[in-house]
Amino acid sequence: MNFLKHRWNDIVEYVMEKVIFLAGIISIAFVVLIFIFLLKEGLSLFKTYSPFSFLFGLSWYPISHPPKFGVVPLFLGSIVVTLGAILIAVPLGVGAAIYIAEVAPRWLREILKGLVEFLAAIPSIVLGFIGLVTLVPIVKEVFGLPTGLTALSGAIMLAFMAMPTIVSIMEDALTAVPESYRAGAVALGATKWQMIWRVLLPAASSGILAAIMLGIGRVIGETMAVMMITGNAARIPTSITQPVRTMTATIAAEMGEAVQGSEHYFALFGIGILLFCITFLINFTASFFIKRKR
Amino acid sequence: MSSRALLTEKIAFFCLLLCTLIIVIPVILITAVIVKNGIAGLSWEFLTQSPRLGMRAGGIFPAIVGTVYLVLGTMLFALPVGILAAVYLTEYAKDNWLTRVIDIAIVNLAGVPSVVYGLFGLGLFVVFLKFGASIIAGSLTLAIMSLPVIITASREALNTVPQSFREVSLALGATRWQTIRHVVLPNSISGIVTGTILALSRAAGETAPILFTVAAFYLPRLPQSLFDQCMALPYHLYVLSTQVPNIKPHIQYGTALVLVLMIMIMNIVAIVIRSHFRKKKLW
Repeated sequence: MNFLKHRWNDIVEYVMEKVIFLAGIISIAFVVLIFIFLLKEGLSLFKTYSPFSFLFGLSWYPISHPPKFGVVPLFLGSIVVTLGAILIAVPLGVGAAIYIAEVAPRWLREILKGLVEFLAAIPSIVLGFIGLVTLVPIVKEVFGLPTGLTALSGAIMLAFMAMPTIVSIMEDALTAVPESYRAGAVALGATKWQMIWRVLLPAASSGILAAIMLGIGRVIGETMAVMMITGNAARIPTSITQPVRTMTATIAAEMGEAVQGSEHYFALFGIGILLFCITFLINFTASFFIKRKR
Repeated sequence: MSSRALLTEKIAFFCLLLCTLIIVIPVILITAVIVKNGIAGLSWEFLTQSPRLGMRAGGIFPAIVGTVYLVLGTMLFALPVGILAAVYLTEYAKDNWLTRVIDIAIVNLAGVPSVVYGLFGLGLFVVFLKFGASIIAGSLTLAIMSLPVIITASREALNTVPQSFREVSLALGATRWQTIRHVVLPNSISGIVTGTILALSRAAGETAPILFTVAAFYLPRLPQSLFDQCMALPYHLYVLSTQVPNIKPHIQYGTALVLVLMIMIMNIVAIVIRSHFRKKKLW
């Protein structure tokens, strides 16, 4: 009996070890699979459409004859909205993180942290809906525009969606600064603000870079809210108060109509490849900054 | 300290407070708007009936059911794989190139835009594996999207179990798997459950990954099998706010409120579990 039990334990041990190993490498498998499937569909476009006109074409007219799949207007749309959002979100987010981590009294800190976490939990579709009924009319009114569905509205909305990411990473970076740095600065007679400005911020600088990178990653991949409030005009933006269309919104808006296996369908996967590569680079850089901080 | 330095400090702290308020006040306003307008739309009929008159009347019952199915499906696929992957990384993996590649893969999976997951789900599950737009295709897509979050949270939970616990178990003659099964997992389960619920609450609110893999504009009946399409709350809200002209706002806000409430309840459950187990912790 005892022998059998031992034998059974050995088998369980062996099987579990293999199963756990498989589960361990599954994330690699998925990254590779995602890339393969995007490539498989996306590259089919280039059998009939030149890669050069896809990457550098200045117009996106998927249903004209002949169709044009130039990705530049969509790429620029994403860039304008992302830049706008980051310019708004980074100063506010870093400022708020400093306030929450260093200045606010403990009771207030917990409330503020809770509110920021709550913002992170609200689905993007809900924020998009609220933006559509509140922010869009405000932007239209304030800037005297024919429509409020503009890159600017999208940037403001996305800035809010990036805020929780930026605040929480920045907070981590600040709390990771050793207590002795603070004590040293204060002992030299610095005010709390001088300590924060001259000691904490430089010490946490790679955290700031990581926060910016991950904020960009969060914003550039956002889809639903952007699709609802940027106006969806696939042309090269010349001003932030114009309607634009981002890469993500193009996929989400057009995949429903694209016929499976058509040029249009493949072109949307081509945009997917671009997005995948861009976010890959951003996350890779961000994790480099986070590692360096440690 | 000079009075100028103190004045600078006052101004700086005021600016920091201002930054914080610019972020926090809209959060409060958004919540207030959703709750105030949404409550007007909530009723027993709204929660238990199908939409009627081209979504302009009736309720959102099929969308609620669809989202529940999708969340359960996501959990079914993502939870076992996520926990085992975390077990591999904390208990088995050595510090070598493979582990580093896995780390990079997880970081990247976490950063892939949700709409790209949607494309992948469409390419692999809907078209290549011929599942069609279905609950199983949508759940698998959401599961892969949730994996990095579940793995990371479970890893942190497993790491909080003191090394000595493992050493004692192994010294008593337990095998590695017995140690994990009877010592490591029971002592980290609260962290794992908390992280998983949070990941699922995120999946519940996602629209882009289900857009081409499962979501139906309108279905008169509830899904009958894993291979049926279903309605889902986030997609329903999208339809209500962009595709249906002349709709009464209280239906839109009501849908938004139900979705937010559902996610909040999941978050609160996660927090309660965490604090409950924290109290019972012996080390």
